[in-house]
Amino acid sequence: MSFLRDFAMVFGREPEKPKSRTDAADVLHGRKRGRGVEIQQLIEEIANAQTVHTWRNRRWAVLIGVNLLFTLSFWLDVQLVEGSLTASRFLGFHMADLYSSFLIVLAQHHVPINLLIGAVTVLILWGLIGGRAYCSWVCPYHLVAEWGEMLHNKLADRGIVYDHPMHRGIRTVMWVLFALLTLVTGQTLFLTLNPIGILSRATIYGPSLALVWVLLLLAFEVVYSRRAWCRYVCPIGLTYGVMGAFAPVRIEYKLEACAHEGECRKVCEVPHVLDLTIKGRAEDTHVDVGPDCTRCGLCVDICPTKSLDFKVKGLGSLL
Amino acid sequence: MTSIREDDETAGGSEEASNAAVPAKSAAPKKVAKRKPRKRLSRQQQRRRQLIRAGLTGFGILLLQPIAHWPLARRAYARLRPPGARDEEHFLGACIKCGQCVQVCPVNAITFADIDEGFGSAAPFIDSRAQACDFSCDALSCILACPTGALTHSIHAREEVAIGVARLSRPEACLARAGKGFRGTTRGPDFRGRLRDEAVDRWNAIPLAEHPYDRDVCDLCVLECPIGDTAIRLEPLADSDVPGAMTPVVRDGCVGCGVCEMICPEEPTCIVVDPFGEEARR
Repeated sequence: MSFLRDFAMVFGREPEKPKSRTDAADVLHGRKRGRGVEIQQLIEEIANAQTVHTWRNRRWAVLIGVNLLFTLSFWLDVQLVEGSLTASRFLGFHMADLYSSFLIVLAQHHVPINLLIGAVTVLILWGLIGGRAYCSWVCPYHLVAEWGEMLHNKLADRGIVYDHPMHRGIRTVMWVLFALLTLVTGQTLFLTLNPIGILSRATIYGPSLALVWVLLLLAFEVVYSRRAWCRYVCPIGLTYGVMGAFAPVRIEYKLEACAHEGECRKVCEVPHVLDLTIKGRAEDTHVDVGPDCTRCGLCVDICPTKSLDFKVKGLGSLL
Repeated sequence: MTSIREDDETAGGSEEASNAAVPAKSAAPKKVAKRKPRKRLSRQQQRRRQLIRAGLTGFGILLLQPIAHWPLARRAYARLRPPGARDEEHFLGACIKCGQCVQVCPVNAITFADIDEGFGSAAPFIDSRAQACDFSCDALSCILACPTGALTHSIHAREEVAIGVARLSRPEACLARAGKGFRGTTRGPDFRGRLRDEAVDRWNAIPLAEHPYDRDVCDLCVLECPIGDTAIRLEPLADSDVPGAMTPVVRDGCVGCGVCEMICPEEPTCIVVDPFGEEARR
């Protein structure tokens, strides 16, 4: 049941309180009563502590590295990886973004074989690596949106801007609408607007006027709604979320030491997946964070009690 | 279906969220004083606002559909598409905008259109005056690279290509029609276009700026045509008073590669490639 509930959350369902908890979890939840003073101290400590950025720095290095690989491959003409993030060939192997390929198939009512090979390769690869890990570890828009988010938070802290959250179900609606529009008109509105494609092409082939659209999106996120494109629109993110439903790479939550002070939910791009860290919510002593998680590691960096960490299912705790 | 999350998203919640991302600063009390108090909304009101915002955002994005379609509907851009391109509408619909054709072209003849072309945004085209397709890949690499079939794999030889067709656009300026020859490098020393000359280098195209010509009657467009005299031929100009006047005549075999347009020494060029009509493209 909890898997289905987590899965439904990818499509926009709100997180809810668990109907039942294991006995072991009950014991741990019980132990937390009357720890108010302790937690207050902890929160003060966090406020004064240096934030570590271990996972963020690793992730940025990988993200920039992957995108640079495309750029260098083109400029040095080494043919290591050709194309861009919508579709490419890596050492001759076809790779194609799943949702973009799906739109192409809808547009021309025909399944091009190379596209199918590329999409299946990507499906297997990211199904193993961890679905939306693509978002935080590869997507160039994620990086600039992260910077935009920092700015938004700074401004919000001064009371200059306010976040205006939306209903997350809109991302699922947009996924369907972009597909329907393509089916009806034969043209791919999403691929025209896709900031991933625009930024990927810009880093490889040089800047274009299309970057103005990306700047508009960023401005909207800074001024009006935090991380709006990733949270409420991007159908690619939704697709990867579904692909990662069974992925072995997960963020694991350990109830025991958690102070439930909520630092993790404040830095998370998809905070609904971390609602299990709210006091009384965790169903078990160890819980895997749901498939909408981008595996970005911001919560791992910020957690003062080390209650969140990466794990690879079946590999024990090698990480 | 109520949740604690909703509480986080109240007006107070957004303050809390903003505190969080900058934890070190959230400790400073002066920030609190500056903040405007916001009206506290009931859970139902929040939910309604979230739905309205989501609806408006989605609607706003869908409004871009007719805007993006506008340049296509008006046929505002007559672009030369790479070899094997399907008819314009199907070509744009099938292109995944990845740039693999751009990458494999050995002379970089293919470039991206920009977002002002609507659905043509990031679709590849050839600006043949700047760099024509000279078939120096021998294999129609762009077609082979295309993962979606926007460039159809149904053609295999350069003679089958149908990018467009050449047209003598400024006959009055044509050197051959004036009976004049041409000496030197066409397009000047700074021109970056390249063309393969198999006599010089079998494999690599060489810059036109390093390739001087010496012709008694200018016939560069005919001389360098990758297709040959089934595509363009130099014929005597019948109704001219100039002795020795000749004229290039475009023939049925022209595939629209644009080498003639690139190489024409006149500024602006005397010969251009027009994109094929919709029906002529495969």
